[in-house]
Amino acid sequence: MKLELRGITKRFGSLTANDSINLVVESGEIHSLLGENGAGKSTLMNVLYGLYTADEGEILLDGVAHKFSGPGDAMAAGIGMVHQHFMLIPVFTVAENVVLGNEPTGALGTLNLDVARARVREISDRFGFDIDPDALVEDLPVGAQQRVEIIKALARDAKVLVLDEPTAVLTPQETDELMEIMRGLAKSGTSIVFITHKLREVQAVADTITVIRLGKVVGEAKPTESAADLASMMVGRAVDLEVHKNAPVLGDKGLTVTNLTVVGDRHDKVVDDVSFTVHGGEVLAIAGVQGNGQTELAEALVGLRGVSSGTIHLGELDITASSVREVIDAGVGYVPEDRKKDGLVAEFSIAENLMLNKSFGAPFAKGALIDFANRDRIADELIEEYDIRTPGRDTPAGKLSGGNQQKVVVARELSRDLNLFIASQPTRGVDVGSIEFIHERIIQTRDAGKPVVIISTELDEVAGLADRIAVMYRGRIVGIVDATTSRETLGQMMAGVSA
Amino acid sequence: MSTETENRFQTALKEIFSTSATRTVLSVFLGFVVGAIFMVFSNEDVLKAAQYFTARPMDTIAASWSAIADGYSALFRGAIYNYERADDPVAAFRPITETLRFAAPLIAAGLGIALGFRVGLFNIGGNGQLMFGVLWATWISTRVELPFGIHLVVAILMAILGAALLGALVGFLKARTGAHEVIVTIMLNYIAANLLTYFFREESLLRETGGGGTPKSDAPAITAQLPKLLGEDYTLHLGFALAIIAVVVYWWLMERSTIGYRFRMVGHNPHAARTAGINVERTYMYAMAASAAFVGIAAANQALGATSGLSPSVDAGIGFDGITVALLGGSTAPGVLMAGLLFGAFKAGSAPMQVMGLSPEVLGIVQGSIVLFIAAPPLVRAIFRLPKPQKTTVLKDLVKRSSKGEEK
Repeated sequence: MKLELRGITKRFGSLTANDSINLVVESGEIHSLLGENGAGKSTLMNVLYGLYTADEGEILLDGVAHKFSGPGDAMAAGIGMVHQHFMLIPVFTVAENVVLGNEPTGALGTLNLDVARARVREISDRFGFDIDPDALVEDLPVGAQQRVEIIKALARDAKVLVLDEPTAVLTPQETDELMEIMRGLAKSGTSIVFITHKLREVQAVADTITVIRLGKVVGEAKPTESAADLASMMVGRAVDLEVHKNAPVLGDKGLTVTNLTVVGDRHDKVVDDVSFTVHGGEVLAIAGVQGNGQTELAEALVGLRGVSSGTIHLGELDITASSVREVIDAGVGYVPEDRKKDGLVAEFSIAENLMLNKSFGAPFAKGALIDFANRDRIADELIEEYDIRTPGRDTPAGKLSGGNQQKVVVARELSRDLNLFIASQPTRGVDVGSIEFIHERIIQTRDAGKPVVIISTELDEVAGLADRIAVMYRGRIVGIVDATTSRETLGQMMAGVSA
Repeated sequence: MSTETENRFQTALKEIFSTSATRTVLSVFLGFVVGAIFMVFSNEDVLKAAQYFTARPMDTIAASWSAIADGYSALFRGAIYNYERADDPVAAFRPITETLRFAAPLIAAGLGIALGFRVGLFNIGGNGQLMFGVLWATWISTRVELPFGIHLVVAILMAILGAALLGALVGFLKARTGAHEVIVTIMLNYIAANLLTYFFREESLLRETGGGGTPKSDAPAITAQLPKLLGEDYTLHLGFALAIIAVVVYWWLMERSTIGYRFRMVGHNPHAARTAGINVERTYMYAMAASAAFVGIAAANQALGATSGLSPSVDAGIGFDGITVALLGGSTAPGVLMAGLLFGAFKAGSAPMQVMGLSPEVLGIVQGSIVLFIAAPPLVRAIFRLPKPQKTTVLKDLVKRSSKGEEK
């Protein structure tokens, strides 16, 4: 099916999220929509999917104009969407999930799952998905869950499939498999809109690329364009994708983790007998696919999560059983993975957020009183130094863009006397300009002789920042390797194969 | 209770507290309109005139107008200034002093509940805490003899301490066992109310000396009574000054101090607070105790502002009215002060309305309507065609999430 968007404009108050966007996706084409976070990709797809109504413009399918007042209309017209966060019920089987909302029923309204099973099997066989219709979704690996989402869309006869950042949760191998599936679907005539900000994947799979910046189409490109060219189109200026750093100057042992085991929320070992050392002046990156214990490891390091066995030492200081506040006082800076949930108070002003973990004494407090003069002065300094783009220090943090929010968190954590810096997904959902800036700051911290631990699922980031890379798989460290290790080897390690 | 429902509750609170001053004022206005409608339809003259409405419609309209005018002018005379007694200044100004007297415990209790809201806690137990405070204060004021001055101070402190202890218990149970404060406070309301009745009934405890079977206490000793502020002509006592001090303390605590900063942090985002090294559980405990301590000032008003014996209905529902006051006041110090004064005026005005043959119930309806309009912002926006406010990011995420959920 040929999809055509003509002059789509969507405004939110004074903000124009989509500014007369034109997009043509030919039948059987893989069309990549490339743009930074906040460029308007998701808004455009939500318009296509009937979640938003466009202020101007029209949607044409095979030349016929459609108006969607909800996802139901879009689905009926043949548009399927696979969200970044899966919309599956974990305790239901694959077949049950696939028919949810559209259940085949027998007499007296009983559920007829045989029809559903047959449908799943048929689609699964046709495209080589290898999915058992009776498997419980929660038992499936993430890649397979994503295929269930695709089956869900195809079972409703989707002719246009929208994949929203589909590779964020996948291992490199699973990503390759997904790309195979995308090619297979395209060959059978399905049109695919592939939303991403990862240049490498765009180059590998797309037939055509449309680049969006600040709500406008800035151009079309062919996958043969260089990554640097695509990146500068995306950002609007020349971008340096490399992280520049000198060879590390190793100091004393900064962080020593010995046989650390952490039990998770479901009483399973989420961190399993992990040991590593980070020296001052070195960046250790912890790589791995999301959900393999990295989050819990970071939380255990900063005292947010109890430790079952093993020890954590900061220099000579044992912080295994320390509270969060004790860990902070010991000089550990921490950028949490989910800044909106754990890193910031959205309703608080920037100034208030910059003192979030420093309210117990000077310079932010005088006795039981907030030292407003100092607070405001320091806030202004940090806003300047960290290039936080804001109307002022009293702006609520929730009103800032993702990149600027992250700069607030980084500014707060780095503006203390540190003995260790831990950053979890430091640039997730952050614009390219801010990524450069944050990476620079992390390297500066390392060069100042501090031990740095970076936890990231982005291989590019890991490879760029790290001096050594530890790969985690199912709670264990599969191996700690040099930063020059090839992506293929890292990918295999992320799937559990020892180096 | 799951975190999801907690979040929904907190989102609802945020929605309520993002209420602009304009919308609050409009809600109050609408509340009076609803009250006016009630007065019209409950007025006999209006109903009589309506029977020949088609023949002489002006009669019905005139009767309606006079019903509303009678009602609200009686409220004005009862709550602010009695112009019918302009010849006697003492009597003419008495209503406003009565309003202040009634407002004092409402303001104090409202501050307590408001503090809870700011920390993300719903303290429904104001009434129980108030009664527990009354119990302690009454013990001091009727069973203990202390020198003049000291007696009153000790009695006030005991009212605050007693209430705070019950609040701390709630916080402790929440922190240690995860018990939800709504359930715990509701149950403690029953326990405190019955405990007070028991103490007032037992001769060996607090029962009136020489009293009969009805549960009642002695009048507080003269040394423990809150002294009159404006001489013997008016009943307004020191309790109002305590309430004003409480407003200032609340403002300082919540807006200026690091303790309030951490309270608000936990209220907005407990996850971020925990990551920032705040002991969230302990904060809940302190906050519940602080919340109840403010309610304790209301308890002091009730227990020590009386000149005769207390009955078990000494609470007068102030712990619950405090919830309304906190909501109407947006949980800010000046807001709660204004809301408390308004509701105090309602209390003061209800008796003169009854004298006029008007149903004082209309004031309850006005109160309820005001909060209803505040809790349902889209309603007020629709009526007055106000622009939609900027949604907080939390709300936006929630809307996004729920609309995504619909696709299934």
